[in-house]
Amino acid sequence: MAVAATSDRVVPAPQTEPAILVVDDLVMRFVTGDGGVTALDHVSFKVKPGEFLAVIGPSGCGKSTLFSIVGGLLSGYQGSVSVAGHSIAGPHASIGMVFQEESTFPWRNVVDNVCFPLEIAGMPKAERIDRARHFISMVGLDGFEKRYPSELSGGMRQRVSMARTLASEPKILLMDEPFAALDEQTRLLLGDKVLQIQQQLKQTTLLITHNITEAVQLADRILVMTYRPGRVKRIVDIDLPRPRSSEIVSSEAFGRYVAQIWSDLREEASRGMVDDETRKLHAHDATEKRS
Amino acid sequence: MTTARLAPPNWLPTVVGLGSGVLVLVGVEILVRLGAINRFIVPLPSEIVLSFARVITEEDIPRRLVQTAWECLAASLLLTVFGVAIGALMHRVRLIRLACETWVAAFASAPLVLAYPLFLVLFGRSTLTIIMLAFLSGLPPVILKTVEGLTATRRVLINVGRSFKLTPAQQFWKILFPSALPTIFVGIRLGMIFALINVVAVEFLINFGGLGQLINELAERYDLPGTYAAISFVVLISIVFFIVTERAERWLRS
Repeated sequence: MAVAATSDRVVPAPQTEPAILVVDDLVMRFVTGDGGVTALDHVSFKVKPGEFLAVIGPSGCGKSTLFSIVGGLLSGYQGSVSVAGHSIAGPHASIGMVFQEESTFPWRNVVDNVCFPLEIAGMPKAERIDRARHFISMVGLDGFEKRYPSELSGGMRQRVSMARTLASEPKILLMDEPFAALDEQTRLLLGDKVLQIQQQLKQTTLLITHNITEAVQLADRILVMTYRPGRVKRIVDIDLPRPRSSEIVSSEAFGRYVAQIWSDLREEASRGMVDDETRKLHAHDATEKRS
Repeated sequence: MTTARLAPPNWLPTVVGLGSGVLVLVGVEILVRLGAINRFIVPLPSEIVLSFARVITEEDIPRRLVQTAWECLAASLLLTVFGVAIGALMHRVRLIRLACETWVAAFASAPLVLAYPLFLVLFGRSTLTIIMLAFLSGLPPVILKTVEGLTATRRVLINVGRSFKLTPAQQFWKILFPSALPTIFVGIRLGMIFALINVVAVEFLINFGGLGQLINELAERYDLPGTYAAISFVVLISIVFFIVTERAERWLRS
């Protein structure tokens, strides 16, 4: 199977279908003790309705900064983020976020966790419980409605977070390495669950990840980022058949995509590692000088 | 090969706890009877147990118990309402927190009970003096633990709230407060213990009110078994308050 890839910094969505999410020329700089760090440098991309876009890059490439900006949790950037043609600033009802860290409310049971956004929206109790049960069932947690997060595994808790976000019926699902803390088998199985949900809801999804297999398993396109400053290095179209499942990881085409993305990432990850070691060395030297 | 440890049955900790208490009392009984402990300082535990009925009937224990419990309850309600509110304010306004946190911590270790003459001047020899001193003595731990609990709320939970566009009031009541509740309750329990100690101490010092006054009177009469029996009733109030706060915490978190 041919690997379709483009190296443009900005890859516009096909003109036939207007993009639902447009990230345009984002620049984000942080002031640090030794000057400043450019986390994102002129990052632009578009996501079509129903599309699954994965953003992949080495540690320190600004993935989480991108997640926070698109989710409206971070301000002070240049450029713009638009949803369905409207420029947004701050959290937006159209964007539902699933975080990397465990984010269920420990004082609420599963059904109350999932009910949370509906409760905020003022939905009557009976209706919101019905709706919550629907999404609990969708993420495969039937029978666990009355359990508290402390009684669930890490993977189950992440599914509760996902159900809670889906219950708010966002136009765009934004996920930041939601399976990073899970083991590989659970991660593959949860990937299946995400694929099923995405297919069922035709959910536009933006996934931030550093896991190549996860990105290829789930995404329609993968945006590869450079190491600091974070730029769009390449956008790769994943031409694998849908509906997909975790079985796809054993296919030859899957392996080719993984190899191609790794060849793009290896250079960036190596730069990151060298940079990291140099910084540690400088910090060590500075400490020795002081003592 | 590893052997699985069996969980102890539910009743065992209670039995061990009560058994340990009985063993200590038996030990004290033996030591007093042998003369190792002066019985004019520590009476025989058996005499204390036997004096319970006498103290209850002759010293109007039910009324005194209710009076001390009511003073504790009033002080506890005040320190919960004001302590949590002041703690929330200090968490919200950084300047107030930076300006006052050290003072509040210093206030926690101050022997406020020694200021009882001032309170006598302000409120007279009345229940109000007892309640106000107990309230102020128990306030610092509630404030400090409220600030600690609210500050320790995980960033990701706050971000979940922001992603759902919660108003500042919703962010507080739906996320910050329930997240901080276990730590706040540690503060409330500490505050209540301080309040109870101060209620009994002030009742004792100003010879007014419930069990503290009774302890004073019995000690003046040199009725040592009766004095220790009255102290046991103070412990009883403490246990009841501990159970009530535990239930309240569970109810608030559910």
